[in-house]
Amino acid sequence: MLIQRTAGALAARRRSACVEPARDVIYRHAWPVRVTHWINALTLFILVGSGLNILNAHPRLYWGQKGSDFDHPFITLHAWPDWLTVPSYTDLADARHWHFFFAWVLVANAAVYLLWSFASRHIQRDLWPTRADLRAIPRSIRDHLALRHPTGEAAKRYNVLQRLAYLGLLTLVFGMVVTGLAMSPGLDAFAPWLVSALGGRQSARTLHFLFASSIVLFIAVHLTEVVLAGAINEVRSMITGRYTVPRERP
Amino acid sequence: MTIITRRQALIGGLAGGGLLLSGCSKILQADALTESASFQRVLAAAQAWTRSTQRLLLGRGAMAQEFGPSDISSHFKANGTYNPGGEWYDRQVAERFANWQLQIDGLVAHPLTLSVAELRRLPSRSQITRHDCVEGWSAIGGWTGVPLALLLHAADVRPSARFVVLHCADNLDGEPSKGGEQRPGQYYESIALEDAMHPQTLIAYAMNGKPLDVPHGAPLRLRVARQLGYKQAKYIRRIQLVNSFRAIAGGHGGYWEDLGYDWYAGI
Repeated sequence: MLIQRTAGALAARRRSACVEPARDVIYRHAWPVRVTHWINALTLFILVGSGLNILNAHPRLYWGQKGSDFDHPFITLHAWPDWLTVPSYTDLADARHWHFFFAWVLVANAAVYLLWSFASRHIQRDLWPTRADLRAIPRSIRDHLALRHPTGEAAKRYNVLQRLAYLGLLTLVFGMVVTGLAMSPGLDAFAPWLVSALGGRQSARTLHFLFASSIVLFIAVHLTEVVLAGAINEVRSMITGRYTVPRERP
Repeated sequence: MTIITRRQALIGGLAGGGLLLSGCSKILQADALTESASFQRVLAAAQAWTRSTQRLLLGRGAMAQEFGPSDISSHFKANGTYNPGGEWYDRQVAERFANWQLQIDGLVAHPLTLSVAELRRLPSRSQITRHDCVEGWSAIGGWTGVPLALLLHAADVRPSARFVVLHCADNLDGEPSKGGEQRPGQYYESIALEDAMHPQTLIAYAMNGKPLDVPHGAPLRLRVARQLGYKQAKYIRRIQLVNSFRAIAGGHGGYWEDLGYDWYAGI
């Protein structure tokens, strides 16, 4: 939630008016966002690493209900290198322990985040794009490509691409949970319609990998943007909540 | 004064880098935590959450999806033991399993011994179901066999029995694709009594309309729907009803379980 507590900043500005125009410090991220953000970061790191370790037991992906060595793969992968997996050595049993524990953490953390975000209207207010936001998409794309970051008032709210990216991540996490559950032979007996809707158990497995790849892509772009927008200010705002608003460009 | 040569610096640097890398994998890739027995107990909590949730959602009766004949895999991948071999098993193959005996004992009022021919004369069930390997692949096959519930009723299971242990004729050396710890051992598996009573749980003697072949577990194998492939024990010789499997082999309820795999194989 972009709570703006600018009173203190204004006072500070009055005090130092003679020296230099003081910069606004706003309270940008509420504590539930900060806590769930870092739990989510750790969780995704472990889920991706252990997921690649699990995938190494059979690095071929199929479409449909069935698929094994004798069937034509949809995507053929090679074993992922040791330095990418959790743990660093191939061990399907251990990787599954990590994966299924942190799958629960992911779901619990996402549930807390969503409950709080809807109740506090964080999603409705800060993430859901307005009509004006949607009209600004072309301009926002140009700004991002030119590495121009919003300053002043505009920096106090999420820009439209940011909003869409965060909503996209939420959708991907939902997709990960659904495709993950669809691979469980137990859950298949509970909700066979879900498995069929996804195209079959092996399709669910393939989608699980493709959604995970999209999340990795999100993380790569996210980290790049953090660095470009000012790593220290951005990371500090996700730890303490306080964000220094970049000065308006002259 | 010690003079550090370029060569020494290089070696030192490499060793340092190596240490740093192994430190990375110890910490960043969680090797140290993975190797800690107490942390493994923390991770194992997830198995209990998953099992209780699935038990709640599935109940006793939920049926695994069944398929049509056109869905059957043209090549059903055999995994684990392809042929138990050895003088004794080879003789059974030569005799077409005419002298194979299935023993049902343990916590039962009437222990049974049945030949394959006797099993074939009992009421049977046929089902086309999907086999989901823990490694990630799936194959669809048609299975015919005696519902295990029918055999257990005949043997009259005592109320104290909680698990059905399946003792197999094969020794498995492990499987390189799974990585991790590998150890040879007699194959065995165990399932909860409520899963054993499920209508889709069979002691199967035929696959896709033909007697089971050796790679797929001849002459008798378990088909337990709603569970992963490693539960589908092959080459079954003995069904033992127990209250606890702690005293059997490694004590974790199965060959793969003894190597660290979860006993609950619904996920």
